Amino acid sequence: MIDVPVPASRPPSDTRSTIGRRLLGLNAWLTYIFLYAPIVILVLFSFTTDTFGVRWTGFTLDWYVRLARDTRMINATINTLWVALVATIISTVCGTLLALAMERYRFRGRNGMDALLYLPIVIPEIVMALALLAFFSFAFGLLESLTGIKLRMNIWTVIISHVAFCISFVVVVVRASLKGFDMRLEEAGADLGADPQTIFWRITLPLIMPGVIGGALLAFTLSLDDFIISFFTVGPGTNLLPVEVYGRVKRAITPSINAISTIMLLVSMTLVFLSQFVQRQRD
Amino acid sequence: MTVVAPDETPLAQQRQQRLRLWLLLAPGALWLFFFFVLPLLIVMLYSFATPGPTGNVIWQFNFDSYITLVGKDLYFNAYYRSLWVGIQTTVICLLVGYPLALYMTLAEPKQRNLLLFLVLIPFWTNFLVRTYAWMIILSNNGLINDLLQMLGFAKQLLYPSAGAVLVGLIYGNLPFMVLPLYASLARFDFTLMEASADLGAGRWRSFWRIMFPLTVPGVVAGSVLVFIPTVGQFVVSDLLGGSKVDLLGNLLQRLFTRSNPPNWPLGSALALVFMFVLTVIVIIYFRTTTEEDR
Repeated sequence: MIDVPVPASRPPSDTRSTIGRRLLGLNAWLTYIFLYAPIVILVLFSFTTDTFGVRWTGFTLDWYVRLARDTRMINATINTLWVALVATIISTVCGTLLALAMERYRFRGRNGMDALLYLPIVIPEIVMALALLAFFSFAFGLLESLTGIKLRMNIWTVIISHVAFCISFVVVVVRASLKGFDMRLEEAGADLGADPQTIFWRITLPLIMPGVIGGALLAFTLSLDDFIISFFTVGPGTNLLPVEVYGRVKRAITPSINAISTIMLLVSMTLVFLSQFVQRQRD
Repeated sequence: MTVVAPDETPLAQQRQQRLRLWLLLAPGALWLFFFFVLPLLIVMLYSFATPGPTGNVIWQFNFDSYITLVGKDLYFNAYYRSLWVGIQTTVICLLVGYPLALYMTLAEPKQRNLLLFLVLIPFWTNFLVRTYAWMIILSNNGLINDLLQMLGFAKQLLYPSAGAVLVGLIYGNLPFMVLPLYASLARFDFTLMEASADLGAGRWRSFWRIMFPLTVPGVVAGSVLVFIPTVGQFVVSDLLGGSKVDLLGNLLQRLFTRSNPPNWPLGSALALVFMFVLTVIVIIYFRTTTEEDR
């Protein structure tokens, strides 16, 4: 997702002042400690025997055992995984197709489409969340007054909303992988008599697969971690993990939240490693 | 009179091409139209409507919400505070992030990838969880207070407070600053610094006259990426600030869900103005940087 260029040139070591270098190094160390200390402490305190979960008083796995019996939390986790899975599939398909259209074709309104695709990435998440809340409430109200059918926000409104913000991210990632695409491979396929469908499934898709998988992983992570849009589009009947955690955190710090947070961190990190691995494969 | 094409294949091919384009575009474009563009248009519609007494919306159109937005001191204070917290967060992230990005750029290639990866990990992990971690550290019986007591100081109420919010915001947004800065610095040609030194400029002067100006696109990109989510979020200020620190995000959340009664037209107007101002900032940014780049 992030463009990582190689430095153009590096200065010979004798031109660097050692004091300046030391200060840079110190700043870097302190910043990394600042970034990681809270994470380490959170993980550590998910194993503490302290019932407030803010001190180290001894080792226990109790909180994880309790978590396994917490049906509300388990339901919320299942719902969140389901949302992320469905949203990822839909946004990956739509996003990949859009990326192909944007990279391969010149058409009227292409610039407008380009701008539209960047908007969900750029605008504040809360604005998008409130817009979706307003939209669903408006649409459901209209539907009820026209047909008498009563609809309420549920897990599907969350999925729809997640797809709406994930598509753009998938498009960015897949487009990047299409940029270096060697069109001659497709031409060769056509010359050898393959029809467009065969070319797509046997040549294009396999070649852009790392980009597609990268986009899907990004969409999955975004959906899994999203709190703001889920919070506003979920409706009272459905329970989602980040929303549930938020509700409990507002009440008090507990070691159980430390434990579920640790699991959430672990899942996110696994996904980062996976996506880095996929990118390595591409290089 | 219709002209029959002598050779029908190019026309058929063209039609097929157009069909294919339509099939590629339609699913995503329609989704974005219905669930992104349309919602924004509906927010626009709401912003001109009249709030009802029970939090409902009455379809009488006027500019009242916009007038309230500019007219009431309460909202002016909220923008001002939001802006101030946003600027503080952005500046501190820049002051910490620039040297860090420079350190990363100067590191050996292998080390550089590791350093970059270490910045990426928090960038991908759950924001809520990372904010929560600070609640543990800053809590009344938490680590910092234990440390203070060990050093002989009295316990402090560290959160909810404005300082805790600032720490949480910096913590959550720092990666957004470091990554574009790194991208910008990695493209910088360090031989320019040598040239500058050869011509007699001091280190500090070379930095301000050469390196910094050439990395301004990264500075601006990082600042925009930090500033937007900072003023728009409500989680950090809600969890670490109690109700003491109000950002635009908190105000929006309250207008839509918590206040008694909710005022959707006013919330919609605020959301639109907020989005509009930010979009203008982003457009100005992209205009200026693309001119410099090309």
